[in-house]
Amino acid sequence: MARTFCILGLCTLLSITAFMVLGARGNWDFILVFRGTKLVALVLVATAIAVATIVFQTLTSNRILTPSIMGFDALYILLQTALVFILGGFGFASLAPELKFALELCLLSAASLALFGSLIGQGMHDLFRMLLVGVVFGVLFRSLTGLLQRMIDPNEFSVLQGSLFASFNKVDTTLIALATPLVLACCALAWHKRNVWDVMALGREQAISLGLNYKRELMVGLALVTALIATSTALVGPVAFFGLLVSAISYEVTKTHHHGPIFLSSILISIIVLVGGQAIFERVLGLGATLSIVVEFLGGLVFLFLILRRVRV
Amino acid sequence: MIEIENVTFHHGKSPILKDVSLTIKRGGITALIGPNGAGKSTLFALMARLLPLQSGKISFDAMDIRQTPSRELAKKLAILRQDTHVASRITVQDMVGFGRFPHHQGRATSLDHDKVQAALNVFDLADIAERFIDELSGGQRQRVLVAMAYAQDTEYLLLDEPLNNLDMHFARNLMHQLRDLADNHGKTIVVVLHEINYAAAHADTIIALKNGEVAAHSRTDEFMTEEAISRIYDMSVKVKAVDGLKMALHHV
Repeated sequence: MARTFCILGLCTLLSITAFMVLGARGNWDFILVFRGTKLVALVLVATAIAVATIVFQTLTSNRILTPSIMGFDALYILLQTALVFILGGFGFASLAPELKFALELCLLSAASLALFGSLIGQGMHDLFRMLLVGVVFGVLFRSLTGLLQRMIDPNEFSVLQGSLFASFNKVDTTLIALATPLVLACCALAWHKRNVWDVMALGREQAISLGLNYKRELMVGLALVTALIATSTALVGPVAFFGLLVSAISYEVTKTHHHGPIFLSSILISIIVLVGGQAIFERVLGLGATLSIVVEFLGGLVFLFLILRRVRV
Repeated sequence: MIEIENVTFHHGKSPILKDVSLTIKRGGITALIGPNGAGKSTLFALMARLLPLQSGKISFDAMDIRQTPSRELAKKLAILRQDTHVASRITVQDMVGFGRFPHHQGRATSLDHDKVQAALNVFDLADIAERFIDELSGGQRQRVLVAMAYAQDTEYLLLDEPLNNLDMHFARNLMHQLRDLADNHGKTIVVVLHEINYAAAHADTIIALKNGEVAAHSRTDEFMTEEAISRIYDMSVKVKAVDGLKMALHHV
């Protein structure tokens, strides 16, 4: 275990260094600040997605579903579209980014707790039912989004498009001041409750039998997941299979059910994939390909592999 | 002492339990039996606080399950249900170790390790302590769960149809182990059973439910009459004594 973490730590340092110095030309003051801001944003996103995925998988007692597969970020996009629809393009664009983010966060928390809070705990032992519900919700949110987008004025649509098509290349850095404390607080809470997650992973009945206030822990966990996913989606836009890729590798290298090492390794792996990958794609390949596509491709393969392995068993 | 007072439970409009009141004394094994749909599992789930009480009151030694924090109750009663599915890969030792969670909240002491080791020894699991539970047979997995409930070190132990999926060898073994827990470790055991002869052979007291009501509550040898069993299961059943034990010949 110690060796695994040494290797992961080294790789993380290597990725960060590569991202900061590779192909740097010109004024270091500028480069360090420019790249540093971007690095912070990427690390925030990596951490948020890793922790959110692990907690979500624990709450649902499975290792295949992720918040994104269940339609969490489709819901975020729907809310954003609805905001433009209600406030109008000008009103939306003139909202302070912090206020907008806070508003979206509240709406998303309320909506996801209402939707998923009632769902999880009842039918969640049936993986395929959960998957189906996720697909249905995802399609529903996406079609509602599509409907709203067709109904708004083309000018307003372009405002919306600007805020939806974020990617790892153009991270929204205005939100960093807000996102950093939020992600740190969520991670601290998740870490503090790591022993509770160990028990929650055994399922509802065992958790109650072992004396947890199951409902409360479930709601705390879901709120954590929602806040983290909202943050990462606000920073870089929706990513579907990235979390799955990270969690699957993390379970594989740690081979444990203790959430302490799982959290640590998944965060490190997430940073390596995101920051290291971005360094390679931006600096070495000269943006010849897009990291998000490669990550989604690999994550999708992992997803298929896990599903097929499960079907065979 | 377990006190169940005026418990009524509805699923939608249909009543599952109708004004059930029972007192289960400390010590010994109490078997909960009855035909399908009698409300055994619902009563079990209510006692184990897996379902919220709709009306009435249930308490363990004057600890009301609605008022007592779940964490305190976890030191009072352990529950075991059959279909425990675990997604992560957990070793037998770690799984049994979870039984200590109500006592240490995640920070195990050497006392906790000793209790886990003792549970592994009692249930013959020391040899497979390092194996993962998803690699075990159904019987072994069941033993792990019983060991986990044992490690929880509670006065009360509730089991919901623990003999399902067990062959006769493991089923009898498990009942012997429960008997041992009751006789030599002072536990109070309530077990939902499907097969009446296991109750006849190993339980001290039998509670029979029928249509959501208590149909009988008496000592095992008093309960085991052709009249009582025929009335509860709506079929005529012969009862014969074999070496002093009354057995129901319901198969023929």
